[in-house]
Amino acid sequence: MTENSSAAPTDGKGDRQAATLEFREATKRYDGQSEPAVDELSLEVPAGEICVLVGPSGCGKTTAMRLVNRMIDLTSGDILLDGRSVTERKPAELRREIGYAIQQIGLFPHLTIADNIATVPRLLGWDKQRISVRIDELLELVSLEPSETRDRYPGQLSGGQRQRVGVARALAVDPPLMLMDEPFGAIDPINRERLQNEFLRLQHDIRKTIVFVTHDIDEAIKMGDRIAILQKGGKLAQFATPAELLMYPNSKFVEDFVGADRALKRLALQRVRDIDLWKAATVRVGEPAAEARAKIADSDLPMALLVDDGGRPLGWLSDRALGGERVERQIRSPAEPAVELDDILRDALADLLTSETRYGPVVDGRGRVAGVLSLEVIGGFLHEAPVEARSGVELVEES
Amino acid sequence: MTFDLIAQVELRDRSGAGCVAENGFCPDWIADNYERYIDPFFEHVLLTVVPVGIGFAIAFTLALMAHRRQWLVGPITGVTGALYTIPSVAFFFLLQPLTGLGNTTAIVALTCYTLLIIFRNVITGLRSVPADAKDAARGMGLTDNQMLWRVELPLAVPELLAGLRIATTTTVGLAALAFLAGAGGLGAELDRLPSFKSNVVVAGGLSVLLAAILDLMILTVQRLVTPWQRASA
Ligand SMILES: Nc1ncnc2c1ncn2[C@@H]1O[C@H](COP(=O)(O)OP(=O)(O)OP(=O)(O)O)[C@@H](O)[C@H]1O
Ligand SMILES: [Mg+2]
Repeated sequence: MTENSSAAPTDGKGDRQAATLEFREATKRYDGQSEPAVDELSLEVPAGEICVLVGPSGCGKTTAMRLVNRMIDLTSGDILLDGRSVTERKPAELRREIGYAIQQIGLFPHLTIADNIATVPRLLGWDKQRISVRIDELLELVSLEPSETRDRYPGQLSGGQRQRVGVARALAVDPPLMLMDEPFGAIDPINRERLQNEFLRLQHDIRKTIVFVTHDIDEAIKMGDRIAILQKGGKLAQFATPAELLMYPNSKFVEDFVGADRALKRLALQRVRDIDLWKAATVRVGEPAAEARAKIADSDLPMALLVDDGGRPLGWLSDRALGGERVERQIRSPAEPAVELDDILRDALADLLTSETRYGPVVDGRGRVAGVLSLEVIGGFLHEAPVEARSGVELVEES
Repeated sequence: MTFDLIAQVELRDRSGAGCVAENGFCPDWIADNYERYIDPFFEHVLLTVVPVGIGFAIAFTLALMAHRRQWLVGPITGVTGALYTIPSVAFFFLLQPLTGLGNTTAIVALTCYTLLIIFRNVITGLRSVPADAKDAARGMGLTDNQMLWRVELPLAVPELLAGLRIATTTTVGLAALAFLAGAGGLGAELDRLPSFKSNVVVAGGLSVLLAAILDLMILTVQRLVTPWQRASA
């Protein structure tokens, strides 16, 4: 297996630029089939973004993805990688530049994890030292302990560990484009969620252009910068960002596919800082009561939030605290739940509901009060969209 | 007949005459006569290893050809299967006009018998390679040749060596008939005193021993070259 080629690898040592990818009326018709599996698919994936191909089973997602690295050849149309048609390239060379990870993983059972990861680097003639360093780096990147993992065989790893190795192997030569076909599909929900989060964190650093295939709309919304929804026959139903897709589904098919709970799904896409919070009246012990009353009148709530000297919330002020000349330390209820600006809106809503309260103070990174999040605020956010869910569960029929 | 045997035996042996006369199992006789088996034993090794070696080279090549052109599998299986069914006596007889009497005739025939088994096992081994591993290999940019030598053949090794073991054991047995083609081997020794029990036991036993040793050797090789199989088990 070992190649001692002295040829200098074509890619530099540093990070490679992510590639742009463009489908131009890409069409695939399998031999002997009347209907195309992918039908005039046109879409552009900007460099460094995750484009998710999603849709029901058999809609042509895998086919569309495999057209990119010429595992399947186009019937008509074109696919451009960094502006250059993939049809001009030799398939084997093209594929070495494109990371490839599939649901079945396809690790080589007869090779150690290190040798599995070294596959493409060896094809490209990297020297031993460089490959060895890279293997350790990649294993750490996917949260596996190099010294424990390197010399084991795939059969000795758990499903989740194998999946990580699959991703590491696909990343081996730092490819400018990655193709991933249901890469977390064969894993239990808990581990899948972990891998998804890890992968998003990883992507935040490596900024690859990624084509990610899944049939799970929730995964699509979570992972995608853009989502292409395909329908049977390989037709593009809609290509949009997750938020757009949830707010403005362009057809009954997309609406049904994203699900009746799409309003709730939108909450998963937003952070607390993204929406207009209520203004809070923050007062300190010893402040003139009149001033405090003025603040309350100016705020969106009929009560004030008592804060300490650092602006951190202590609790909701009782009316009796304003009875005297100065604000006294009298708390009606604790400042719970503690919501942070960076929290996902859906999680913040869940916090409110668990605390059985209609509102809660929001704090910034240093713990200072930044506003108040209430059920009304969230409701208002959900109503911003033209097609909207009243309760967040029921859909109002379009026109 | 019995008289002939005892006369023959007694020419070389006096010590265990009683045992020999009764045509029993005679350790003394064996101890005195073991030397007569040494050359035939090594001839037998040759009659096994050479046909299996040549047969492997041919069948392996055929299997690689058929792997790329699956339509060849049927015809090749047919031809090698037909060769496999020819009775050895008939085979030796048919070959005689071409190769005369002696080792060559025996080796040609024995080689032909190994083809079917080895060919079939290599094909089975190549077909048993997991589709996902092949897909990943192709997706990572391995050429057909790289895929064959780095992925498919290594993964076919267990099946391939299993075929080699069967072929070897079978050939050890068939080589015992090589004397019919005028070759040596343990069969020739057996044939010299076919109804003398001690001879039959020693010649037959050596042939079984040879089969076991060769089998063990291939098994050892298999263990050495397929460490992943034990690791995953
Ligand atoms: N090699 C092939 N030959 C003929 N038809 C094929 C082939 N591969 C796929 N198809 C057909 O093309 C269509 C699209 O298949 P594809 O595998 O791309 O779907 P998919 O969206 O990935 O589905 P899934 O979610 O089930 O993986 C299907 O109708 C399928 O039957
Ligand atoms: Mg698929």
